[in-house]
Amino acid sequence: MPVEYSGIVDEHHAVRSRAGLFDVSHMGEIEIAGRDALKAVQHITTNDAARLSVGQVQYSALPTPNGTFVDDVLTYRLADEHFMLVVNASNIMKDFAWINSSIAGLGDAVAVNTSSRYALLALQGPAARDVLQTLTGINLSEIKYYWFTTGEVAGVRVTVSRTGYTGEDGYEVFVPPASAERVWDAILTAGKAAGVIPAGLGARDTLRLEAAMRLYGNDMDETTTVLEADLGWIVGWKKDEFIGADVLRRQKQEGVRRKIAGFEVLDRAIARHGYDVYVAGEKAGVVTSGTQTPHLKKAIGMAYLPIEAATPGTEFEIDVRGRRVKARVVPMPFYKRGQ
Amino acid sequence: MYPQDLKYTKDHEWVRISGTEARVGITDYAQKQLGDVVYLELPEVGRQLSKGDVFGTIESVKAVSELYAPVSGEVTEVNRALGEKPEAVNSKPHESWMIVMRVSGNGEHDELLDATQYAELTKS
Repeated sequence: MPVEYSGIVDEHHAVRSRAGLFDVSHMGEIEIAGRDALKAVQHITTNDAARLSVGQVQYSALPTPNGTFVDDVLTYRLADEHFMLVVNASNIMKDFAWINSSIAGLGDAVAVNTSSRYALLALQGPAARDVLQTLTGINLSEIKYYWFTTGEVAGVRVTVSRTGYTGEDGYEVFVPPASAERVWDAILTAGKAAGVIPAGLGARDTLRLEAAMRLYGNDMDETTTVLEADLGWIVGWKKDEFIGADVLRRQKQEGVRRKIAGFEVLDRAIARHGYDVYVAGEKAGVVTSGTQTPHLKKAIGMAYLPIEAATPGTEFEIDVRGRRVKARVVPMPFYKRGQ
Repeated sequence: MYPQDLKYTKDHEWVRISGTEARVGITDYAQKQLGDVVYLELPEVGRQLSKGDVFGTIESVKAVSELYAPVSGEVTEVNRALGEKPEAVNSKPHESWMIVMRVSGNGEHDELLDATQYAELTKS
């Protein structure tokens, strides 16, 4: 996947106003099946997978015993006792090893790394449904947000999921790799009149940041807990037991000392990943993601801040290559479709 | 594709020399590498620069890059209007000047590249 095709700004606008097609085949898939598959998935993920119907998807985390992130994942319930986790590309081997060691002894459940069986194409934007509908007999309007189904697209057997990483409506299509090019070409051809264009990693990053979707490796990792990442909503608090549950329950009760916060840069400058953050003159953290957003035309970002500074309206400073610039905490997401 | 009346540096700046005045911008090649330019940080008038000094910063959505003085001299004009519309660097790179310098170095611009040499340098 290239950083850009026609340009990050052009691709970003296309996704917000029409649609863009991303090749995200680098993402990994790990399937867990067996009579105790649900029990295994409940143990290794934070969200409550028992609440998933077959055909439904949920955002979740693979937690460490400390309540931090091995990875963030999408959990697909393919059948009662068959799940698929969509994981970050750079974490496939780590996740697979972690899952195998974590589910050993949990009964009849086996994990298989099926990443090589899927290419993944994401068509995102307001025109996505109409364009994709011309290529499939699946009634796309019947797929609810965070649900999926199987069928044919451009004559190829696929799984279509109403998910994405852009803040727009859209679909992710799991395709056999040998047919990926055919489906890619068919979507671009079908979408040409509607202004659908290919989009790259650069636009994917600016789009997901506007939508305040966290990026593993930037906004969370093995040093940040699920609650510090302000993702308490992906924890199934009513579940019996899962890895890291004790730490997270305690942290929920006692409160976190730091939390991820969204910010806008007030001075003319762009705060980028890794820049130091100062609260009341003291170094207090780092920018985890930051860019100039093409749609909102502002410099925005996320940073971990001490909890007392993490409330909207609080002003702080960021060291932009030796210059201290002002920033203000704002509510997330920065962009919500239809607003 | 590179204007014959401009000189060029290996750092992908262009220079328009007239008498002791040097007008400076970045090349089409540089803007393509950067992608969508969103921010320019330019120096104050009066700043003394030696050849190779950083005189400013240019940022695109994806990257930050420094701007280098192609010759030695004093900054006599700064294109603040360009700072307000930095995307012009993408659309008209060879017209989007950033600073004007009064050249002080002797014969430094003999080391600058002409359009043919620069085209050769950027040939992939």
